[in-house]
Amino acid sequence: MKTTVAPASIDSIRSAIAGRETTATAVAEGCLARIAIEDPKIHAYLSVDRDYALAQAARIDDLAVKGEALPPLAGVPIGIKDVLTLQGFPATAGSKILEGYRPPYTATAVRRLAEAGAVFPGKLNCDEFAMGSSNENSAYGPVHNPHDLDRVPGGSSGGSAAAVAAGMAVATLGTDTGGSIRQPASFCGVVGVLPTYGRVSRYGLIAFASSLDRIGPFAANVRDAAKVLGVIAGYDPMDATSSPLPVPDYAADLDKGVAGMKLGVPAEYFAEGLDPEVRTAIEAGIEKLRAAGAEIRPISLPHTRYAIPTYYVIATAEASSNLARFDGVRYGLRAPQSDTLASMYRRTRDLGFGAEVKRRILLGTYVLSHGYYDAYYRKAQQVRRLLAADFLTAFREVDAILTPTAPTPAFRLGEKSDDPVAMYLADIYTVTASLAGICGISVPCGQSREGLPIGMQILGKHFGEATVFRVGQALEKALAE
Amino acid sequence: MSDVERVSPADVHRVAELSNLDLTPDEETRMRRDLNAILDYVAQLSELNTAQVEPMAQVSEVLAVAGEVPTEKMSVLREDVVRPCLDRERVMASAPETDSVFFKVPKVIER
Repeated sequence: MKTTVAPASIDSIRSAIAGRETTATAVAEGCLARIAIEDPKIHAYLSVDRDYALAQAARIDDLAVKGEALPPLAGVPIGIKDVLTLQGFPATAGSKILEGYRPPYTATAVRRLAEAGAVFPGKLNCDEFAMGSSNENSAYGPVHNPHDLDRVPGGSSGGSAAAVAAGMAVATLGTDTGGSIRQPASFCGVVGVLPTYGRVSRYGLIAFASSLDRIGPFAANVRDAAKVLGVIAGYDPMDATSSPLPVPDYAADLDKGVAGMKLGVPAEYFAEGLDPEVRTAIEAGIEKLRAAGAEIRPISLPHTRYAIPTYYVIATAEASSNLARFDGVRYGLRAPQSDTLASMYRRTRDLGFGAEVKRRILLGTYVLSHGYYDAYYRKAQQVRRLLAADFLTAFREVDAILTPTAPTPAFRLGEKSDDPVAMYLADIYTVTASLAGICGISVPCGQSREGLPIGMQILGKHFGEATVFRVGQALEKALAE
Repeated sequence: MSDVERVSPADVHRVAELSNLDLTPDEETRMRRDLNAILDYVAQLSELNTAQVEPMAQVSEVLAVAGEVPTEKMSVLREDVVRPCLDRERVMASAPETDSVFFKVPKVIER
């Protein structure tokens, strides 16, 4: 059963409000009504705040009535992944340990959306602490893929992808540590953007792996995704890793096409393990870009096969450190009736964390522990440099790189939930860009015979988002013709 | 399952203790199985000779070396000056137990 719909674009909403053809309140009411009908089946939202959304919409309508200029995202319903804070609203990170928590401050990316006139219908479901590739690790129950409710939406930003696919938001924010934006975008048939490391401030993001975590948008089309990134990107004094490089107008060159561009196709991403239907769809997409004037070049990223093991050492090591802060002292859950501080820590963490989070904390602690640090953690950091060097070398020859986003279309709920290694392999084409720090996007590129979406991943060099959007737009246009 | 048992029951127990996690015997068995499966997969990293490779801890390091982005544009530390922090009342509103000035916890010293 399908419950997908193409929502109105950002520009059409904004200009309809400015032209008084509709109101931000009517747009918000429409979005909330859609959530009320569809979300009992999909479970993308963990919390919805009708009054807050309508108050935001009313402020836009006030501007429109006065004939004042509307901000860039005026009246656009945008959902927020529940690992990002909005002061006074729930931020569970998909975990029981943060049930009932109301953060005392707002994430910079969320604040920038609000200042740009966006309307927030609510907070979106995700794998616990963004750890997962299927959204089945949410302590509040899985999200169902709007294209087939028996299948996963991907993860960890499954709610963010499904909400856009089902028309329950025009755009959403997600986070991507090893593929958590791009892979669910591919599974749900929407656009998902991994910005360059440092492009978007992480202030107010509940951290998983700090050398990898990024915030990025989902949207129904490339132009809307580019617009949202333009709003959230840029330097923030509250995040020392955010870059002071100026943010270009991502929409400016969007329609310039790919004529004369050099696009690399790495052999390693079309090897064993790739579903034949995904291969066919991606190869057809590549031919469309060739027909649009791009020069397609075979390239090699020789260390690709080492990316998953490298990622799972580095990400879990960082997670074990980041998640030490959840101890029942300052916020969130506290196990009742503990005799001592030490037993309170242990019982709180035991009650509050799910199995995958515990698994990753244990693995991360193990690889950092005495006697194993050099063999695992240091080794993984060395291989990380080789993986990054693969990309730097490739980008001397090509403007962007084309790959499948995921090796298969969306799998069934429960299909991989008992085998961590099989689940980790769902990220085989996405973790490389995460480790290297480069940017990328997943753009819908055909469907399987069963009607499941397939995504093409377009990777660009550090701070090369404009190029990636331009290629994505060309693909979207070519496939629509 | 692995030929080499990389993670022993004692290892799981020790790592759980370091992580402040209480595992049931069932959980310990399951976690040992999973950690061994994952570390078997990770073991392929040892195929690579990385003797001459510097570890990479941050993305900014490769950009600086590659000259892709000028170092001064990579990341900027703000001035070391005292600035207002989050409002105490708002922060304490999230605390499981507080006297509104301090976080209260069970007794620290066992005797």
